[in-house]
Amino acid sequence: MICVMTQPSSPFYNDDHESYRQVVRQFTAKEITPNVHEWDLAGEVPRDLYRKAGDIGLFGDGFEAEYGGHGQRDALMRLVLMEELCMSGSGGVVAALFSNYIGLPPIQKFGSSDIKAEVIAPCQTGEKIGALAITEPSGGSDVARIKTTARKDGGDYVINGSKTFITSGMRADYFTAAVRTGPDGPAGISMIVIPGDAPGVARTKLDKMGWLASDTATLYFDDVRVPERYLLGEENAGFSMIVNNFNAERMDLAVQSVAFSRVCYNEALAWARERETFGRRLADHQVIRHKLVEMDRAINAHQAWLELLSWRLNQGDDPVAEIAEAKVGATVTYELCAREAAQILGGASYLRGDTVERLYREVRVQAIGGGSEEIMRDLASRQLGI
Amino acid sequence: MKVVVCVKQIPDPADPGALDPETRTLKRDVKLILDESDSYGVEMALQLVDAAGEGEVILVSMAPNGERSGLATALAMGAASAILISDPELVGSDALTTAKLLATAVKDQGADLIIAGSESSDGYTGVVPEQIAGVLDLPSVTAAKSIEVDGSSIKVQRQTDGGYDDVTCPLPAVVSVTAGVVEPRYPSFKGIMAAKNKPVEEKSAADLGFDASQVGWAGAGQEIIEVTDAPKRQAGEVIEDDGEAFTKIVAYLENMKVI
Ligand SMILES: Cc1cc2nc3c(=O)[nH]c(=O)nc-3n(C[C@H](O)[C@H](O)[C@H](O)COP(=O)(O)OP(=O)(O)OC[C@H]3O[C@@H](n4cnc5c(N)ncnc54)[C@H](O)[C@@H]3O)c2cc1C
Repeated sequence: MICVMTQPSSPFYNDDHESYRQVVRQFTAKEITPNVHEWDLAGEVPRDLYRKAGDIGLFGDGFEAEYGGHGQRDALMRLVLMEELCMSGSGGVVAALFSNYIGLPPIQKFGSSDIKAEVIAPCQTGEKIGALAITEPSGGSDVARIKTTARKDGGDYVINGSKTFITSGMRADYFTAAVRTGPDGPAGISMIVIPGDAPGVARTKLDKMGWLASDTATLYFDDVRVPERYLLGEENAGFSMIVNNFNAERMDLAVQSVAFSRVCYNEALAWARERETFGRRLADHQVIRHKLVEMDRAINAHQAWLELLSWRLNQGDDPVAEIAEAKVGATVTYELCAREAAQILGGASYLRGDTVERLYREVRVQAIGGGSEEIMRDLASRQLGI
Repeated sequence: MKVVVCVKQIPDPADPGALDPETRTLKRDVKLILDESDSYGVEMALQLVDAAGEGEVILVSMAPNGERSGLATALAMGAASAILISDPELVGSDALTTAKLLATAVKDQGADLIIAGSESSDGYTGVVPEQIAGVLDLPSVTAAKSIEVDGSSIKVQRQTDGGYDDVTCPLPAVVSVTAGVVEPRYPSFKGIMAAKNKPVEEKSAADLGFDASQVGWAGAGQEIIEVTDAPKRQAGEVIEDDGEAFTKIVAYLENMKVI
């Protein structure tokens, strides 16, 4: 089934958003949705998809036009993009394509023009793939405690350590990595670009519960030499870059979660209207009707909140606590919708290849990756001074 | 190379609206979009200009209420500018009036080639391109599946029931393009933003030298007398497979002279 966002009129969108929505909708329906199961089985999306996405500018939000970006940051445009791609019903595809959106922004903000031309430009066209490498085998939530080191040696940094759970890790051409260049704690962390083909970089593929179409890897750095010019910004100034980068990632994850909730709802609604039990449509049973309303209610509330937050981001506001809260709310909504949609579909939702079956498996990573629910609540409580 | 593409803006087929019970024509007061069957012509024109290494694609559209949404899509795909014929007087215009208006708007553009879709997805009259050629006294090639420019002429592969004809035709000419023969590009983000600054020149019937009696209902030589719903599809014949079903299917197909 092809899902379409129901788009109530909203004061936030202009004609550009609407045009972009139509393009991404067509692109998703034609290039992605028919293939998601096949790509799940293959464990990756074809490289060609990055080029097609690059052709229409899907990687460009927030990147300078000089390097192939949109030349503007528009959180509402990004929301539209995420929502429409999610109508494919595959978080794996979205995660794979958009490792660029978590890996490249620190380069855009803190890299030299040479590095931007080398890394960002080919990622915009889809020729190359960028990824973000923060999480380590020893932990992801406590970013300040990363162990991978970068030691200065002449004009190079020599990197040793390991990263894990890295989206697009098997084939990314560039990793934007957090490394320790100074003392323990947040004040000793730097961000550096590591080319994937640098000698000493090794990768192993991780077999996952969901996001099957996205390749995820553990990376090993064994005396990897990276020229000094790949350092982003100042040495030991990396922690705030990471924290800053998380905000956009969390908004994206929240928007995706609500959009996938909508897909679950659409699938369940279609089924409930068609399927008959005990001589009536499923939708005619009060228990089922109420489930659907609960889903729609939660989705609408979160969608409205995310639109408002996107608008505020566009006004230059930095609502860190609310983004953290919204990410929790969105993933809890997604969890509810995946569960209830699965209940409404019954056995059909247990079959591989079914959209709800896929989304049910994909819920967890939305609630863990990019800052888990627990960490988000904690962050919000600190920001709110509770 | 200058290519003019005639594009129609139509109600979204996914949400087609309704017929006006009085005029028996499609209500067009909803938001209109680019007719998908015209996106092939736009794509072909863009490819021809690309291959020529110079020139531009100009759109011409006739639409009610100053509608530009469909034009915006084609401009975002890469067309350079558009002429929009829009005027309340034009409501009710038939195919020939439409062709006359489009032809008049195209005439002064100095086009090497005029491309149109073979037929629109809402009206399906399928005559406008040839009528434009007639009004402009230009050669017309229909049902093109590919166009190649060769100096001052074009080589066209013209779709037929059994395959295709190779047609050579001097320029300027009017060519109608069959749907589905090229892969229309998606408008890019940059294309969408650039489209906002591309010129769209709006013209009324009077601007094109037509008075009210020549256009709209008044000028229409064609009237829709009656509209009948398409007959409902009959239920198919179900053949239970008792192990011998294939013989019944073969007999059925033989009976239909399909095999
Ligand atoms: C499919 C997938 C893709 C990913 N992609 C990337 C990527 O591209 N790049 C990248 O860098 N990382 C990536 N990650 C890693 C992700 O960001 C981490 O999994 C996440 O930050 C949590 O880290 P952890 O798994 O090490 O859990 P831990 O940090 O070990 O935490 C385990 C659990 O304990 C809870 N917890 C931890 N500390 C506290 C506390 N103080 N109070 C209460 N509860 C706490 C957490 O909420 C979590 O539930 C990905 C993960 C997955 C699963």
